Amino acid sequence: MMMVHLTRDSDALAGLVEVKGRSLWQDALTRLLRNRAAVASMVVLGIIAAMAILAPWLSPHPYDEIYWDRIQMPPDFANAHWFGTDGNGRDLFVRTLYGARVSLMVGILATGVSLIIGVSYGATAGFFGGRIDNVMMRFVDIMYSLPFMFFVILLMVIFGRNIWLIFIALGAVEWLTMARIVRGQTLSVKRREFIEAAHAAGVGNFTIIFRHIIPNVLGPVIVYMTLTIPQVILTESFLSFLGLGVQEPLTSWGVLISEGARVMEGAAWMLIFPAGSLAVTLFCFNFVGDGLRDALDPKDR
Amino acid sequence: MTGPILSVRDLRVHFPVHVRGGLFGRRVPLKAVDGVSFDLTPGETLGIVGESGCGKSTLGRAVLQLIEPTAGDVIWLGQGIAGLNARAMRPRRREMQIIFQDPLASLDPRMTVGQVVGEPLRTFNPGMPREELRGRVKDMLAKVGLSPQMINRYPHEFSGGQCQRIGVARAMVLHPKLIVCDEPVSALDVSIQGQIINLLMELQAEFGMSLIFISHNLAVVRHISHRIMVLYLGRVMEIADRDTLYRAPRHPYSKALISAVPIPDPDLERAKQRIVLAGDLPSPLAPPSGCVFRTRCPLAVERCAVETPELEDAGAGQQVACHRWRE
Repeated sequence: MMMVHLTRDSDALAGLVEVKGRSLWQDALTRLLRNRAAVASMVVLGIIAAMAILAPWLSPHPYDEIYWDRIQMPPDFANAHWFGTDGNGRDLFVRTLYGARVSLMVGILATGVSLIIGVSYGATAGFFGGRIDNVMMRFVDIMYSLPFMFFVILLMVIFGRNIWLIFIALGAVEWLTMARIVRGQTLSVKRREFIEAAHAAGVGNFTIIFRHIIPNVLGPVIVYMTLTIPQVILTESFLSFLGLGVQEPLTSWGVLISEGARVMEGAAWMLIFPAGSLAVTLFCFNFVGDGLRDALDPKDR
Repeated sequence: MTGPILSVRDLRVHFPVHVRGGLFGRRVPLKAVDGVSFDLTPGETLGIVGESGCGKSTLGRAVLQLIEPTAGDVIWLGQGIAGLNARAMRPRRREMQIIFQDPLASLDPRMTVGQVVGEPLRTFNPGMPREELRGRVKDMLAKVGLSPQMINRYPHEFSGGQCQRIGVARAMVLHPKLIVCDEPVSALDVSIQGQIINLLMELQAEFGMSLIFISHNLAVVRHISHRIMVLYLGRVMEIADRDTLYRAPRHPYSKALISAVPIPDPDLERAKQRIVLAGDLPSPLAPPSGCVFRTRCPLAVERCAVETPELEDAGAGQQVACHRWRE
């Protein structure tokens, strides 16, 4: 008796409810959330990002205030200098957080720029193929062969030091690899039958690129993106280390590390804290990237 | 009898292939389809059979202008469409669709069934309200034997046979006049093959579209086709009504093919005389002179190497391209 009722109920339900499908993205998310290292890294990154955003409220000290009586002091909890002070008597904790702002922003924006340019460029080249592909990819090859440091120094000399210039310079270099990856993926996707089906259904070329090609090449792109962010952060640190980065009193992790490295024998905290933050962030991005790769492409494990 | 909806005249598709040799190599045309002509009347099913590599799929795609023909005419409802550009071709795409061999590969893995089946509708009726679109997709899903509640599912959640039903739904959703079926059942197991074939025949009875049914499975082709065309190395060997071809094939190649179909009766099967063809399919880059089939033909004579046989009328709608069909 009970059974009869149950079946009838479920039949009635089935008639009404549209079954919710599980997309490949949802599957990937489930797999990602099962990866402990990736989840922990995302949490840590979230905390670092939140601290960077909330920096002015986390410490009583402004990032550019100079305390003449507390120059190069080791960590001092009485005055709320948790990371100590730097050679100019500024609070290192708040400066590290402001450095995180610049470094993360550079990482994310430059990667975003490279993503937009690289994906549309690579997909177009790969999809149309032939002569268009040849011309577009030879241009990428030429850009590749330009020495990057020379390019950046040239920009700095012409336009002066400017944080936006760093985004542009980094974005302009990073999109090249992205374009190559996307082009390769596009070449393999465009031969699949569902693309031919879209052609047969009269769908236009650019609609096919945006509706069918790009969603299907996004997996490797997302992985590459999470691995590009730390690379860009590192490059920015490198530029800042050489004195080509952001301008005082604003700071970035690269600047802090470079200052700390100069005095590491007497004031190790000035190197340890910014370098440690950078290392932790890079670690986390790489773990997330690894986790995403496993989640998006379970065949490659 | 009404006029044909589709006429193909002397259609040729040649692919330039780079061959090594000499300083730079040279380009040799691979004649995938070489001078094929046929007519298709409304509601008719034309089966195309042949070995792999004989140009069946290329022919189907060239008819739909998915591959640009090198020469020849494709006349659709009285208008030539060969070599039209994409823009001019678009309104005609509404009336001619295709079903593919690999059911899963022909569906975008990132799209729901509703989006896949709705895509042709959306393309040709950009202003159609979402609800109406979903309604029509659901109707079509029901027609091909899928539950309309599956509309939000993704292709990887379905079996091969179900995926092929989705492919059929996508092809049928605009009620086209012609569907090219490119080996639609070759990737499915036998019980599912029957279901898909019957589904296509039911839909044809209801909507009256014509089918070009490409397959290497002669039993399947026999079941669904009204007329059958036998292709060898891109050339037509024989065209005939289904029953004529199976009862009295005239071309030695057709005879060999039909003798190879197993009969589901062990005694008859054992008693049957099979014509076994010697050798392999010659390279399409260097097809034999004269009749392309002569290198494997049991009846070949000197004339076959010199003179290419034309399609000759053998009566009762049967056409044969062989010098010796009368014998």
